[in-house]
Amino acid sequence: MKALLIRDLRLALRAGGGFGLGLAFYLLVAVLVPLGVGPEGETLGRIAPGILWVGALLACLLSLDRIFALDYEDGSLDLLATAPIPLEGVVAVKALAHWLVTGLPLTLVAPGLGVLLNLPHGGYGWLVMSLGLGTPALSVIGAFGAAIVVGVKRGGLLLSLLVLPLYVPTLIFGVEVVKRGAAGLDAGAPLALMAAITAAAAAILPFAAAAAIRVNLR
Amino acid sequence: MMPDLGRYAFVVLGSYGASVTLIVGLVVLSFWQRARVKRALAEVEARQGKANG
Amino acid sequence: MSIWEYANPKKFMQTSAWALPWAIGLTVLCLCVGLIWGFFFTPDDYRQGSTVKIIYLHVPAAMMAINAWTMMLVTSLIWIVRRHHVSALAAKAAAPVGLTFTLIALVTGALWGQPMWGTWWAWDPRLTSFLILTLFYFGYIALWAAIEDPDTAADLTAILCLVGSAFALLSRYAVNFWNQGLHQGASLSLDKEENVSDVFWIPLVISIVGFVLLFVTLVLMRTRTEIRARRLSALLARERVA
Repeated sequence: MKALLIRDLRLALRAGGGFGLGLAFYLLVAVLVPLGVGPEGETLGRIAPGILWVGALLACLLSLDRIFALDYEDGSLDLLATAPIPLEGVVAVKALAHWLVTGLPLTLVAPGLGVLLNLPHGGYGWLVMSLGLGTPALSVIGAFGAAIVVGVKRGGLLLSLLVLPLYVPTLIFGVEVVKRGAAGLDAGAPLALMAAITAAAAAILPFAAAAAIRVNLR
Repeated sequence: MMPDLGRYAFVVLGSYGASVTLIVGLVVLSFWQRARVKRALAEVEARQGKANG
Repeated sequence: MSIWEYANPKKFMQTSAWALPWAIGLTVLCLCVGLIWGFFFTPDDYRQGSTVKIIYLHVPAAMMAINAWTMMLVTSLIWIVRRHHVSALAAKAAAPVGLTFTLIALVTGALWGQPMWGTWWAWDPRLTSFLILTLFYFGYIALWAAIEDPDTAADLTAILCLVGSAFALLSRYAVNFWNQGLHQGASLSLDKEENVSDVFWIPLVISIVGFVLLFVTLVLMRTRTEIRARRLSALLARERVA
């Protein structure tokens, strides 16, 4: 499993692996939104939590179809499916690898982009915490979606259509956390709910994803 | 006969119009698909029946 | 004699061929009575004026939009557990019907909201939930359309339906949570039993029955079409091999 994780990370970090793509996209969103909305600090501060979360979500979406598609095409997914480690484990490891190269960096750069968007003071800690706890759910849900469409040629658009509704609860709670944090309120309740979604998704969805992959490899 | 809908006429008529259009559209689509598949199936069955028999 | 007998396509086709004319007749009857009664012979509400007539479309459509998804969930489960093809095809047949009902609920809701709330669209929890439900229907239908092998498609859509149901439920509560901060009480939600008097209630019940029957009829018919289509492709495949 460790070997698989290292292999996936290496593949992602190599040129064209999509590592920088999500980050660059996120940065672009944070730069373009003020250009479109206008420079008034108050407006920007109010929409900053939403923009930061939606941007992270879309940046995550960009690299989802890579989770399984490449391995499916060159046949290594068949090997992984017959390998001694359970397919559920493979899915979990791949989702983890995806999170390490997208969700984690996004979380780390988010405070910097928060400055660009004039996020109020109190929000930064909550922003990092909510993204840190929420982006794993995005990766796991995304891995599930990618597993469903792995057999479909050019399934990128379909993947977005399937995955976006599934992202709704995470997005709502994530934004709520940052909003309350930015307003100086206690954001513990939505944070706990979001963490619960992440934990449940990480516990259950690998099984669903593995089932989908088995169907696709049949 | 026509009830007096007052100033909400557009809204009420629009709702009924849109809903009826959608339902009729779905029904027509279903019947059309049914007819198409039925015809194609009958054709193939007749052809294969001849070939086998 | 058990319910599983109807999982046999042949038996299903026989029974549904017998039931379909009845279903069509009853549907037409109930829908016509309910909607015509609702449209022509109900008084205006003292508060909402004639817009109250929209209730005969909005409420039944919204109910059936959710029930259709529930039915798809059940049939998907049956397909996963017992591998009855009719069940999977019934789920496929129900999806466009459910989508249509969802769209009706949204359109009539928007038209109703305009005079009542002063806006076509408010990010009210119920409206938002329905918008999300629409997305789920689109995703489900698109997935069926994208996969060629019928059994693979049935399996994958069934898995999607199960996972999607869990998330749809989650979204429903998440949306409630999210909206509290924005505008409480904007929803002029209709508590049916409490403030709807008999004059409105009876045609509403008839309309609801009509929509239920419409759903049953369309699903029966579309399932028959799907079974025929499946048989057709099987025959064509045999032809190609021979």
